Amino acid sequence: MANFVVQTSTKKGYKLDLQTGLFINNEFVAGAETIDVVNPAYGETICAVQAADKEQVDQAVDAAHKAFYGGWKEAAPQTRQKLMLKLADLMERDAEELAQIETLDNGKGISMSRNVDVPASISTIRYYAGYCDKIHGKVIDTPGSLSYTRHEAIGVVGCIIPWNFPLLMLAWKLGPALCTGNAIIVKSSELTPLSAIKIAALAKEAGFPPGVLNIITGYGPKAGDALARHTKVGKIAFTGSTLTGRHIMKAAAESNLKKVTLELGGKSPSIVFEDADLDQAIKWTHHGIYFNHGQCCCAGSRIYVQESIYDKFIAKFKEYAENTRVGDPEDETTFQGPQVSQTQYDRIMSYIETGKAEGATVFTGGERQGDKGYFIQPTVFTDVKQDMKIMQEEIFGPVVAIAKFKNLDDVIEKAHDTTYGLAASIHTTNVKTAIQVSNKLEAGTVWVNQHNVLHPETPFGGFRQSGFGRENGEYALENYLQVKCVKINIGADL
Amino acid sequence: MTGSNLLVDVKLSNGKTIQVQTGLFINNEFVVGDYTLDTVNPATGEVITAVQAADTPKVDEAVDAAENAYQTVWKDTLPTERQRLMLRLADLIERDAEELAQIETLDNGKPFTNSKFVDVPALLGTLRYYAGFADKLYGKLINTQVGTSLVDREPYGVCAGILPWNFPLSMLGWKLGPALVTGNVIIIKTSEITPLSALKVAALAKEAGFAPGVIQIITGYGKTAGTALSRHMRVSKLAFTGSTMVGREIMKASADTNLKKVTLELGGKSPNIIFNDADIDQAVKFAHRGIYYNQGQICCAGSRIYVQEGVYDQFVKGLQAAATTGKSGDPFDLTTMHGPLVSQMQFDRVMDYIESGKAEGAHVHTGGKRVGDKGYFIEPTIFTDVKPEMKIVKEEIFGPVAVVTKFKDEDDVVRLANDTVYGLASAVFTKDIDRALTVAKRIQAGTVWVNGYNLLENETPFGGYGQSGIGRENGEMGLDNYLQYKTIKINLNVKL
Repeated sequence: MANFVVQTSTKKGYKLDLQTGLFINNEFVAGAETIDVVNPAYGETICAVQAADKEQVDQAVDAAHKAFYGGWKEAAPQTRQKLMLKLADLMERDAEELAQIETLDNGKGISMSRNVDVPASISTIRYYAGYCDKIHGKVIDTPGSLSYTRHEAIGVVGCIIPWNFPLLMLAWKLGPALCTGNAIIVKSSELTPLSAIKIAALAKEAGFPPGVLNIITGYGPKAGDALARHTKVGKIAFTGSTLTGRHIMKAAAESNLKKVTLELGGKSPSIVFEDADLDQAIKWTHHGIYFNHGQCCCAGSRIYVQESIYDKFIAKFKEYAENTRVGDPEDETTFQGPQVSQTQYDRIMSYIETGKAEGATVFTGGERQGDKGYFIQPTVFTDVKQDMKIMQEEIFGPVVAIAKFKNLDDVIEKAHDTTYGLAASIHTTNVKTAIQVSNKLEAGTVWVNQHNVLHPETPFGGFRQSGFGRENGEYALENYLQVKCVKINIGADL
Repeated sequence: MTGSNLLVDVKLSNGKTIQVQTGLFINNEFVVGDYTLDTVNPATGEVITAVQAADTPKVDEAVDAAENAYQTVWKDTLPTERQRLMLRLADLIERDAEELAQIETLDNGKPFTNSKFVDVPALLGTLRYYAGFADKLYGKLINTQVGTSLVDREPYGVCAGILPWNFPLSMLGWKLGPALVTGNVIIIKTSEITPLSALKVAALAKEAGFAPGVIQIITGYGKTAGTALSRHMRVSKLAFTGSTMVGREIMKASADTNLKKVTLELGGKSPNIIFNDADIDQAVKFAHRGIYYNQGQICCAGSRIYVQEGVYDQFVKGLQAAATTGKSGDPFDLTTMHGPLVSQMQFDRVMDYIESGKAEGAHVHTGGKRVGDKGYFIEPTIFTDVKPEMKIVKEEIFGPVAVVTKFKDEDDVVRLANDTVYGLASAVFTKDIDRALTVAKRIQAGTVWVNGYNLLENETPFGGYGQSGIGRENGEMGLDNYLQYKTIKINLNVKL
């Protein structure tokens, strides 16, 4: 049997045995082709990984189907809980290795991987493990019948995950999908396949039966499309661009009308009122856009600042942005690493050019950082108009546009001038403003005096074209269950 | 004296020697009590050891420690940390499962096979089930005319749990699980008859890393430690499992002092109803389990068996055969089915009821006598020719004594079944869906088994109608006992 393990090490010398196979039916196997995985801090190839096409997707779906109907469907909830808790424990055991892999593959700072991505992923699995034996239906009194609902697993579900938080987005899918008793096929992003493959190995070690969890690397148009069209997959969960989201929805419509949930893009507004704690507002709105190098679906990429404090705000924000620690992801003090790929780099630089062309001012940044890897300076645009591309389209990089607003009605109108509705943040010390504005904003998450703060317990997802369905919290369970109503006739004879 | 001095070596009937802890567990230390009491091995009638016991002074100390633990540590402990500690405790219990089972059997008399394969796993299951709730205690958001209202759920703080002697470890789990996961600290008073197994769990709680004062376990008499806890002004909630008589005292004590919230899980005289179309073989087996399991010392025991005319003779014959097989003997003998009753007093009580049954004219169909001449063993007993007004039909015997009655039809049996002050559990044996569900709806009891008996699981709530108690344990509903609602109403729209 071929061994798909590649030995390598990080620039600082952390040794890694990287598994590169497709994980199908608890085995690492060959794919239809290979894909090179690149270290975005240097633009260098780390290794090649096996990649799936339709044939391997079919294999994975068959394995999942067999596993579900061959015993997983009837498995006791306590069994699922035990396996999930064991997986979380193994992730904790190998936390450093996972962090190193994530940083190498995605380019996010090692401090982020260690302190944010890996712990949050573990917490998510543990949160959902606790739900296994708590999936209840209802008993509903009706005349003549005893009626009750069963919340049942869908069966075989497909999950397509993005490259911006590879490990965490995997956990956000695995958690609710597994605890509700489904069998899963995950297609990771071809840009960042490595950490998911490591999780596959841990799942096997934890004792998950073959076929319950399958993890495959592959291109969207090949493996992703095959999964979205497969008639034995009952549900597909997708996180990624709005453009691809539309494809997934169409593919589902054209095949078996599988259930679809989409977590797509955003152009989230951060709103700073004049009574905000200015210092905290600067720090949080900075975090809102530059965290993860701007590669967050919920990034606060439009900042609206109340007139009276606008000049003060942009001056301080500029200073703060220019002091952002941009550098080698393996350096523990690095806050902002490179963008994930050449393509993303080119796209963002192109938006910067467009911004200039449309007449906005580059207040700071706007250039490549260094001459190696895909680093971009933290960039601020001012003198922006609502209809500019940089105000309407998702850039997905360290580029923020800052504009003025007069009053509450003005800023609500501006905030809503978007096709998106993923998130928003409000910065104010006034209780009434905080609650009233958050009541009004059409966004799936509204932060007050913070940004990009997420927990496994609270639901996350979009209004409008940012998607539908919610991840995290109890709400995510719905995505992986179907409701059966049983109505037993008691005494209603014809 | 320190914790290590309060460990005592005990030899078991199978030749093994184990160590039992005898101190009070206060503030993560094993300490001397206000007095001592003896705990007895009911299989032999011999004293196992003396244990430290609490009266008001030690109870006060425990409450002070609990309050301090809540205010300085537990109140601000993250839910995920609560979950981690509970799962760790469960893992340690699993590690020491054999030892715990041995202590349980030594102290309570239940067969070792039960302790090992039922009681200890039950404790584990309860802790692991409730641990998962830690970060899922949601409130509600309610939009109203005034503005935005948040309904939050908060723990009480200092809670107390008073345990019975019939399932010491399992009942410990039923109290610890929901109390801890909701963020409360808890003082457990065990039964003076069966103090030992909880003290072993106390040591494991310390090892798991619970901060001092979060979990405390004290031995003591009801009249001393129990009264002190139920009257304490700084215990905000008390959960009691035991007799209806003592339950009344607990409720009175709360009324007299600080109106602490009280939940009660009391006695029962649960009807087990067998229709003509029942699977008689299964009905017999479950009826046997319903009244003879744990020597009949179960609050929800199916102690009144109602059998429809058409299958009465067949059923009684089957139950008699089942009742007379099954060995009574040394609980550590792996072939033993029936252990002793838990104490001399319980033995006397049950024998008194048997005498009263005879005196009132019921017929001892089988059993009715002591087994052997050492320990508190009673034969599985069946009374027939009983009348509803007899003591043995009305009152909870809490021993291996079944009273069997014939019935005509559904209306007849529902009337008979509901003719009780209790309402803890019940069962219906029938193949007919309509009948099963209709009768289930008509019986006034907190649990109705259909084609089963004494099947308890963590996910489903358990508790009594009528004088069988107040509140529900287990399931998500079990959490309600340990949380209070706080409504935060943010005024957005009302300007004076």
